[in-house]
Amino acid sequence: MVAKEVALDLYRRLVRIRTFEEKAAELWHQGHISGELHLYSGQDAVSAGVCAHLRPEDPTAADHRGHGPLLAKGGDLKKMMAELLGRKTGLCQGKGGHMHLFDPSVSYGCGSIIGAAMPLALGPALAAKMQKKDLVSTVFFGEGAANQGTFHESLNLAALWKLPVLFVCHDNRWAVSVPKAQSTAVPWNADRASAYGIPGALVDGMDAVAVYEAAAPLVQRARRGEGPSLLEATCYRFRGHFETDPLVYLPAGEMEEWKGKDPIPKLERQIIEQGYGTDQDLVRIREEIRNQVEQTAEFALSSPWPEPELATQHVFV
Amino acid sequence: MTRELTFAEAIHEAIEQEMIRDPKVFVLGEDVQLLRHPLLEKFGEERVRNTPISESAFIGAATGAAYSGMRPIVELMMIDFFGVAADQIMNHMAKITYLSGGQLRVPLVIRAACGGGYGDGAHQSQTIWALFAHMPGLKVVIPSTPYDAKGLMIQAIRDDNPVLYLEHKLLADYWLGLLAGANRYKDIQAEFNVPKAGTKGSVPEAPYTVPLGKAEIRRQGTDLTVVSVGVMVHRALAVAEHLAAEGEGLEVIDLRSLVPLDRRTVIDSVKKTRKLLVVDEDHRSYGLTGEIVASVAEEAAGSLDDFKRVAALDTSIPFSLALERVMLPSEESIEAAARAMLKRGKGVSSRGGPKPRRGR
Ligand SMILES: Cc1ncc(C[n+]2csc(CCOP(=O)(O)OP(=O)(O)O)c2C)c(N)n1
Ligand SMILES: [Mg+2]
Repeated sequence: MVAKEVALDLYRRLVRIRTFEEKAAELWHQGHISGELHLYSGQDAVSAGVCAHLRPEDPTAADHRGHGPLLAKGGDLKKMMAELLGRKTGLCQGKGGHMHLFDPSVSYGCGSIIGAAMPLALGPALAAKMQKKDLVSTVFFGEGAANQGTFHESLNLAALWKLPVLFVCHDNRWAVSVPKAQSTAVPWNADRASAYGIPGALVDGMDAVAVYEAAAPLVQRARRGEGPSLLEATCYRFRGHFETDPLVYLPAGEMEEWKGKDPIPKLERQIIEQGYGTDQDLVRIREEIRNQVEQTAEFALSSPWPEPELATQHVFV
Repeated sequence: MTRELTFAEAIHEAIEQEMIRDPKVFVLGEDVQLLRHPLLEKFGEERVRNTPISESAFIGAATGAAYSGMRPIVELMMIDFFGVAADQIMNHMAKITYLSGGQLRVPLVIRAACGGGYGDGAHQSQTIWALFAHMPGLKVVIPSTPYDAKGLMIQAIRDDNPVLYLEHKLLADYWLGLLAGANRYKDIQAEFNVPKAGTKGSVPEAPYTVPLGKAEIRRQGTDLTVVSVGVMVHRALAVAEHLAAEGEGLEVIDLRSLVPLDRRTVIDSVKKTRKLLVVDEDHRSYGLTGEIVASVAEEAAGSLDDFKRVAALDTSIPFSLALERVMLPSEESIEAAARAMLKRGKGVSSRGGPKPRRGR
C-alpha cells in the first residue's frame, strides 16, 4: 500500500473527477452544454494514478474523453466548466468546447480526432529532450484509438528516438458500440509494445493504487531518459459512450458488474483499513470538493458569452 | 406507392433496395452494426461490417474491393475525420481510374455525416465539401430532401466511380438527436431551426434514381438567383418566402451535387434574373461560392449585373453557439445579402444603365 499522503492525494483526484463529471452531466441535461458530452466517470483511477506522478509542466494530451486527465492534473476547474458552457471566461474563450480543452497552466491539451493525440505527444517529448529538460510527455487514449496507424507510428518513433513518452491506453472495452474483440486482433494492447522493443504493462484501471504503482517505474524511466513505454489500464465508462448513448449493445449485467468495481469506494476502504483517515475525514473531503465544483458551475453559468468579434480572432496570431 | 419518409429512412431504403438487387453491394464502417441495425438484421455480418477505428485501412480496403468486383458503401462517420484517410481518398480512390488508363473502376460510395449549427465544435461540425470537389476523380453529392436522398443514393451506388455522399446532420436528424441530445430539449427541431421539408417528405417506394449533376430549381423567380446545397437551400427558401411577401421573386437553385456541377441551370437562371447570390455552409475562400460566380462570369459575364456570396467565415468552427451563430450563414445573413442586392438593383435599368456596384 502507498503512503498516507499518496492515498489521500489519489482520493482527492478521484473525487474531483467524479464530482465534476456529475455536475457536467447535470448541466448538459439541463441544456447548458451544447453538442456531445463524453464523461470520464469509471475511468477516474487511470488518470488519477498516472497524473499523481506528473508535474504541472509535464506535457499531457488526451482525446474526446479528456476531462479526467485535466482534472487529475489539477487544471483550473472554473475555466474548464466555463469552456464546457461555451463562455468567454472558459479556457479557450468558448472556441474549443468540451473536446478541445487547452490549459497551458498544467501543460494540457485534448482533441476529438481518434488517434491524433499520440503523434502530438511526441513533439513536447522531443522538445524536452532537445532542451535537456527532464519532462515526461503523457498521452491518454482509448483502446479504440490503438487501431489507428498513428498509434503504431508513434510507438515506433518514440522508441527509435528514445523519447520520454508514456502512452496510457484506457481499455474501457468499447469504442462507441464496437467491442474490443471486434476491433483488435490481439487481446492486449500492452503486448503490442514488444513490437517496438519498449515496456508494455497491464494494470487494473479500477484501482487507483494499482495504477499509481504501475505508472511509477514507467514515469521514472522516461524521466531518466530511458525512453517510452505503454501502460494499458482496464476500466469502464459508467455513463456509456456519451450522454445520449442508448446502450442497447451492452450485454446484460455488464454495466452493473463494473459499477461494482468503482475505484472510489475501493480507495475509501483502503484508506480506512490502513488507518489513514476516518469516514468523517472522507466526508469532509467530498464536501469540500462538492462546494468547489458548485462554485465552478455558478461561475460558468453567470459568465458572459463571447462577443461576436471573437469569432474571427485567433485564426492567426 | 409514395409515402412520407424521413431523410434517414429514405437513405436506408435506397441502400436496402440496392443490397437486395445487387449482392456485390455491402456496407462497412465504424458502428454500422448499431447505426444500420436493420441492414444487419436483413443481410448479416458479412455484408454489414463493423470496422476498427482505422479509417485509412478500411477506406483503402473499400477502394481495393471496389476495383476487385465489389460495390462497397463505406462510412466515414463524420466528414471531419477524413484527414485520417486523406491519402487513401485523395491519391488512390480518386486517381486509380485515371492512372490506370481507365482499366480499373472504383464503384463505391463514401457516406459521411456533415454540417454544424448545433454547437458541437471544430472537429464535428464541418462541411468541407469543396476539398473533395477540388480533387478530380471524386463525385460529390449533397441531398437536401428525402426524395433526393433516396434517388441520389441509388444513383451513387450504381455509378462506376467513387461518390462522396454527404448527409447533413440537421436533415438526417437522427444524428442531431444522437449528438445534441433530443430528450433534453423541448423541441430540438425548433432549437436548431431544422428545416421540416428537408427532414421529412414524400418518397416513392419503388427504386428510382436522381441523376448526378442535375440541379433542381426549388422556387421560380425573376429578381435574384440564389444557389446553394444542403441545409442552406432550405434557409434560402425561407428567405425567398419571406421576401415574396414584399413582392420580390427569388429563384432558388439546389445544386444537389458539386461534382458533376450543373452550371447550365445556374447560368440560364442568371440570364433571367441578372443577379446571383451563392450561399454555402462551407468556408468562403477557395470554395463553392467562388466557383459558381466564376463559372457564370466565364460564360455569361454580360448577364451578371451583381453578385454576392454568403458563406461560412474563414475560421475554424467555434464550439460556443454564440460564436458559431456568427460564423455560419443564417437566414438573417442570407436575407441581408438578398435585400442589399435587390435594393441596389432598384431604379437601375438592367441593360445599359449605370454600372451597379459590384458585390464584395
Ligand atoms: C478519426 C476518428 N474517427 C472516428 C471518430 C468518432 N468517434 C468518436 S469517439 C469514438 C470511439 C473511441 O473509442 P476509444 O478510443 O476506445 O475511446 P472511448 O470512447 O472508449 O473512451 C469514435 C469512433 C473520431 N472522433 N475520430
Ligand atoms: Mg474505448
